[in-house]
Amino acid sequence: MQRRTLILTAIAAASVLLVAGCSSSKKSTPPTNSAAGGSKSTEAVSGTVSVFAASSLTEAFTTVGKQFEAAHPGTTVKLNFGASSDLANSINQGAPADVFASASPKNMTQVSDAGGASTSTNFVKNFMEIAVPPKNPANVTSVADLAKGGVKVALCLPTVPCGAAAAQVFSNAKIKVKPVTLEQNVKSTLTKVELGEVDAGVVYVTDVKAAGSKVKGVVIPANLDASTEYPIAALSKAANSAAAQAFVAYVLSPAGQGVLAAAGFAKP
Amino acid sequence: MAPAAIGFAFLLLPLLALLIRAPWRGLGKLLSDSQVLTALRLSLECATAATVASLILGVPLAWILARIHMPGIGLLRALVTLPLVLPPVVGGIALLLALGRNGVVGRYLDQWFGLTLPFTTLGVIVAETFVAMPFLVVTVEGALRSADRELEEAAVTLGASRLAIFGRVTLPLIAPSLLAGSTLCWARALGEFGATITFAGNFKGTTQTMPLAVYNAFETDPEATIALSLVLLLVAVVVLAALRDRWLRGPSL
Repeated sequence: MQRRTLILTAIAAASVLLVAGCSSSKKSTPPTNSAAGGSKSTEAVSGTVSVFAASSLTEAFTTVGKQFEAAHPGTTVKLNFGASSDLANSINQGAPADVFASASPKNMTQVSDAGGASTSTNFVKNFMEIAVPPKNPANVTSVADLAKGGVKVALCLPTVPCGAAAAQVFSNAKIKVKPVTLEQNVKSTLTKVELGEVDAGVVYVTDVKAAGSKVKGVVIPANLDASTEYPIAALSKAANSAAAQAFVAYVLSPAGQGVLAAAGFAKP
Repeated sequence: MAPAAIGFAFLLLPLLALLIRAPWRGLGKLLSDSQVLTALRLSLECATAATVASLILGVPLAWILARIHMPGIGLLRALVTLPLVLPPVVGGIALLLALGRNGVVGRYLDQWFGLTLPFTTLGVIVAETFVAMPFLVVTVEGALRSADRELEEAAVTLGASRLAIFGRVTLPLIAPSLLAGSTLCWARALGEFGATITFAGNFKGTTQTMPLAVYNAFETDPEATIALSLVLLLVAVVVLAALRDRWLRGPSL
């Protein structure tokens, strides 16, 4: 009995340390004031701003979030990444979001139609690319290769922006691809490629770039490629409206756009 | 009394909400959709296959845990029940690392037998068995422990073989628990989501079981989600009814 208590105490202590570790690591991010954005709002912005963003924005928005916190001391950016369709759905169901950055105008419309946002601005554009494991086991070198029998392909669900864009690519190439799995969001499609469980996945150019050496990219020629615009909006029901506006302004500012461009996003 | 009432309401309200918001008029149409039927059939088949696999592998395992006395058996028991408390998604990732195409064992399955489990129906069964088998093992082990050993010993003195004793004495003794364990195991396999979507992926007809279909439909068609959920709720009620002798009667086990 005593041993069990001891183990439980140890687990509890470990989890406390873990939580403490997480929060302190967040706070200890060095404030780099140099990265002040173009949003020269006179009113001081503070508090937490909750940003719901498309999975493909994971790396770029994590950086943008840190820079925003540095540019606006006293603010905390809470990021929630997921499939835009998922996020739009939870915003419409009342999830506490201040900003929505979607990988497709369609999902933004879903939110604005429900009264969740009045105006949105397209802030970047993204193109598609084929991601293959570094060894490229199925020797995929073109879009047409994806339709070959025996090539295991992972795609996003057709309801998710990356899935819709992939479908557009296949329709442009006039091929039919039978995937082995339809993933919930672009990052989980990418993961299936990184693990080598599939031979190829259709993801965004930015995802291939973010994955570094873990995947190889096979470029989709411009005449077959599909693109998607990313709209961003400060939400009507934002609990922290001022910070939401400021965050959107920061994303549109040269500083924010610089981070996005470095991640491989194109101008809208 | 108030906490009890709140507790009761808390457990019941979400289920009532499902019934209240159910699109009763269009229900027949939503459920006769071929995709729904495909997912339902796949779910029932996989859950049943996982239960059979759990019986074949789990009953001998339960017997060893209950009857063999040697150091380390406690640790073995803890390890066997680990999937019971492990978040299923973690189980799915672990399965992928073990049995995936590049997995610790999976790479040899692929190289030697050309067998890849992820993204196949077999993969769904593997994921469900991993998550659900401990329910069967724990239930059957408990029964084996409390079973009257004297009856088995009597059979030994009468010269029965070990196999005959197991088949004609032990199994009948633990039959109720075997049934309850299988039902629990089956129900858990039927509801399995995390390990399945992580390990087996998500594709209609091959790996998209009901819970995955419910989750996917939630994004596009909330009404269909409710309809699908009702089916699973109905299955749950049927399972409960099947187990009523054990649970609904209360402590008089």
